[in-house]
Amino acid sequence: MTLPPFERFYEEHRDEIFGFLVRRLGRDRAEDAFQETFLRALRAYPRLRHGEHLRAWAYTIAGRIAIDEHRRPRADADLPELASLDGRPAFAQLEHLADELPPTERAAVVLRYGYDLDYAEIGAALGSNATAARQAASAGIRRLRRKEPQ
Amino acid sequence: MNIVSPDLDRRFRDAAAQEGLLDAAYDLVDTPIGKLLVATTERGLCRIAYDAEPDREIELLARTFGVRVLRSAKPIDPARRELDEYFDGRRRTFDLPVDVALLAEFNRRVLGELARVPYGEVVTYGELAARAERPRAARAVGTVMNRNPLPIVLPCHRVIGANGSLTGYGGGLDRKEMLLRLEGAIL
Repeated sequence: MTLPPFERFYEEHRDEIFGFLVRRLGRDRAEDAFQETFLRALRAYPRLRHGEHLRAWAYTIAGRIAIDEHRRPRADADLPELASLDGRPAFAQLEHLADELPPTERAAVVLRYGYDLDYAEIGAALGSNATAARQAASAGIRRLRRKEPQ
Repeated sequence: MNIVSPDLDRRFRDAAAQEGLLDAAYDLVDTPIGKLLVATTERGLCRIAYDAEPDREIELLARTFGVRVLRSAKPIDPARRELDEYFDGRRRTFDLPVDVALLAEFNRRVLGELARVPYGEVVTYGELAARAERPRAARAVGTVMNRNPLPIVLPCHRVIGANGSLTGYGGGLDRKEMLLRLEGAIL
């Protein structure tokens, strides 16, 4: 699937991603996070090689920004970013760890344990449903356990 | 259900253009001869389309200029203003930079000559070919006019047949006639 024009990608995902950010951050902070999410997506967009998993990709960016927003003290937007001070965030460690999993399991594990999305949200991001997302995440975890050196 | 408000949507679209992240921005512009889809790159105006099917135009823009195509009103505002003035009869020349960098050399040369044809005047395809130093290329000039990416601003409506007939127009002959009437080139 070729990469669609950004307008299409934006139109298709904006409401869903905004809803996700509102649930995470509340309406006020969601607006800034929304803008940041799609600006970040726009910067990275030409580097994507194909148009698959765009929804999961959008959720990944939004999840990362929601975490940064959570760590930022309210009404102190001018302070330096604190997120980078406390070591590698959970999602970064997980992304590395989950590198060898098949794509769906990898996305499910990272979104569940790295970004703390619930299974309904992960199902939506993966274009399936909550049950399938739960199964993918636990299959991924089992696979990681088997790989881990005892 | 949480839906992106028109205000938030507009702010994102403005910011995307403001930060220089777009390969092409476009918007629809209302005119007395119909809604135009107008697009611009950082270098200048790159497309004016009559009766546009937005999906198809957006695909075309993405293929030509890059995938970061977004509807955004602000970058189109200067063109919107100048088109408004033109249709009000308050403007005779356009001061908008145009981006024709990707066109073939011959097309650029012909469109460059076309841009010099003054408001309210007409030339024939043959004359325009001669001005572009290709006197026998009247037919090829016709093709360039037909594929003009920037009608109105690059005034292909001012080019007519040797016998004085309007010949043809990408936006339809009615529109060619209306534009020439607006400019006082025909009564």
